[in-house]
Amino acid sequence: MTAVAEQIGNWLEQFTQQEPAEPWLQKLRDSAFARFTELGFPTTRDEEWRYTNVAPIARANFVGQAPGLPSNVPVASLPEIDREHLGRYAPQNAFVALNTAFLRDIAFVRVARGTVVVQPIEINHVVSGQAGSLPHAHPRTLIVVAPGAQCTIVETYKGTGHYFTNAVTEIVAGDGAVIDHYKIERESPEAFHIATMQVSLGRSANFTTHNISLGGALVRNDIGATLSEGAEATVNGLYLVNGTQHVDNHTVIDHAKPHGSSHELYKGILDGHASAVFNGRIIVRKDAQKTDSKQTNKNLVLSDDAVIDTKPELQIFADDVRCTHGATIGQLDAESLFYLQSRGIGKAQARSLLTQAFAQDIIDRIKIPELRNQLEKVLSEKFHEHGNY
Amino acid sequence: MALLEIKDLHATVGDREILKGIDLTVEAGEVHAIMGPNGSGKSTLAQVLAGRELYHVTGGQVTYDGKDLLALSPEDRAREGIFLAFQYPVEIPGVSNMYFLKAALNTIRKHRNLPELDAMDFLERIREKMTAMNMDQTLLNRPVNAGFSGGEKKRNEIFQMAVLEPRLAILDETDSGLDIDALKLVAAGVNAMRSAERAMIVVTHYQRLLSEIVPDYVHVLADGRIVKSGGKELALELEAGGYAALGIQEEAEAVGKA
Ligand SMILES: Nc1ncnc2c1ncn2[C@@H]1O[C@H](COP(=O)(O)OP(=O)(O)OP(=O)(O)O)[C@@H](O)[C@H]1O
Ligand SMILES: [Mg+2]
Repeated sequence: MTAVAEQIGNWLEQFTQQEPAEPWLQKLRDSAFARFTELGFPTTRDEEWRYTNVAPIARANFVGQAPGLPSNVPVASLPEIDREHLGRYAPQNAFVALNTAFLRDIAFVRVARGTVVVQPIEINHVVSGQAGSLPHAHPRTLIVVAPGAQCTIVETYKGTGHYFTNAVTEIVAGDGAVIDHYKIERESPEAFHIATMQVSLGRSANFTTHNISLGGALVRNDIGATLSEGAEATVNGLYLVNGTQHVDNHTVIDHAKPHGSSHELYKGILDGHASAVFNGRIIVRKDAQKTDSKQTNKNLVLSDDAVIDTKPELQIFADDVRCTHGATIGQLDAESLFYLQSRGIGKAQARSLLTQAFAQDIIDRIKIPELRNQLEKVLSEKFHEHGNY
Repeated sequence: MALLEIKDLHATVGDREILKGIDLTVEAGEVHAIMGPNGSGKSTLAQVLAGRELYHVTGGQVTYDGKDLLALSPEDRAREGIFLAFQYPVEIPGVSNMYFLKAALNTIRKHRNLPELDAMDFLERIREKMTAMNMDQTLLNRPVNAGFSGGEKKRNEIFQMAVLEPRLAILDETDSGLDIDALKLVAAGVNAMRSAERAMIVVTHYQRLLSEIVPDYVHVLADGRIVKSGGKELALELEAGGYAALGIQEEAEAVGKA
């Protein structure tokens, strides 16, 4: 058997171990699995995966599917009207197909027309991998926010030991809906974390997301947003990598209709032998005149062995638009370090203060005070733990 | 024993020699003014004393309070009582002025075997000094120097000096860019700190600062060397005759001001 066939073979075994589902769901799973076997895992020969090698996932021997969340509902119980959203937005890549092939339960949020949900809705995913076992989890989230409704969503991913999380989140923002979304990835140091999020924004909808990547051995985020007329998307992120961690953020902002605006700010802090990728694609379709779009990626590289690959990809087919982008890669500012030291602050503390200051402007944008405080604490512990951060 | 003794100090940046043999002795309680054309090496001297690694000391010695100053890290120099008021204070977005100054004061206090201050005690201690410097309380909550006007930055430097209570303060052109009211305020702040235990090195181009902070000695630095030293009247001579009267080429200055 070829290596590829062997990989698929393992997954086939896992796939057939599942309890059969009701016909509509089984059909969805079957066709997704067929697509997965057809596509196989991507390799670094695929342009989209050039800097992220998923061979460690493809080669791994998984023992079974991790249990779902107690707060989840069985997919089978999803109202028929909401079923149509399932898989309609997410790109049809191998990981999304694999997620759908293992679709069992789902974190489902629906906010009714004109309703304002004040309390943040928290979705917490936790996976525990025991010694010698390697579970796979396929968290699926569907958020449907009806026209004029508002809500705040916090997705958190955590766990212990070795495991593979393969998450798919689909968000539908109706006309004029307002969504404030956060994704906090604090996976275990050994975990593989692949996540795809796709957002569909209606007319004048407003979507903000903050994507914070802190944990995991191998992390990939694919974040996509499609904007209708007058929609506004704010797509921010922060990644912190150390040791041999690898984090890859691919974002695609698709301006399909006129008068949309998007603001994107991703900041990264790299240390040790870690590596990170930022690939930000902005598409402005022929129709999407008067689009206003800005993308910024800033990286702070604290060690000689850390590697960042950053690439903007602008595909602009309309002529009356404003699109700007910029990327920076830098070290801690020697003058600022000296200023702090000249006031008696030790070098290690000065470095951690400046590193934290770099992350601060993303943290400051988080609108939930508890989450902001919690992250500030996590970051300051992280920076102090490695004196060289 | 002198508080500071500099002997035949040489320093380079890149492969260019900037300090070409500086000798200077400063006793506790004294105020020394250093004047000299643009680019003559005044800031380089100040930065070398504070420990900036950008400049390489290639020869000479500096003894501070009996210790080999050049062997100390910048933070240890500060903890031992050296303070540099920067000619161009750097802006540090993301680090609050208050957090920064409290951390600085507490590390220095720890070094002096004094108990650390909590936020309340710290605020109480600095309030008076802020008023003296006419500093708005809101400046404390802002990031270090970020968006401060030129005058606010200079006042912030002197305010920090007042809080950290150094034994040797080096003021690098703290007067430049200040209007006369701000200058008087800064000078009053500096004068309030003059004491028998504390020494100051004041780098300036202008007599108007030295009428407010009257120095014990004035030195003229040109092309990396101290070419003339005297009492406070030397500054007046310079004001009247310029550096040319001392036979110093002002080319560097002319270029610097163009
Ligand atoms: N980081 C640096 N890299 C290259 N050259 C430098 C650097 N710092 C200083 N110099 C050079 O060293 C010389 C002395 O500079 P310095 O700043 O010490 O002069 P100064 O006497 O303080 O001048 P001013 O009165 O303009 O402040 C100048 O020619 C300057 O260009
Ligand atoms: Mg200078």
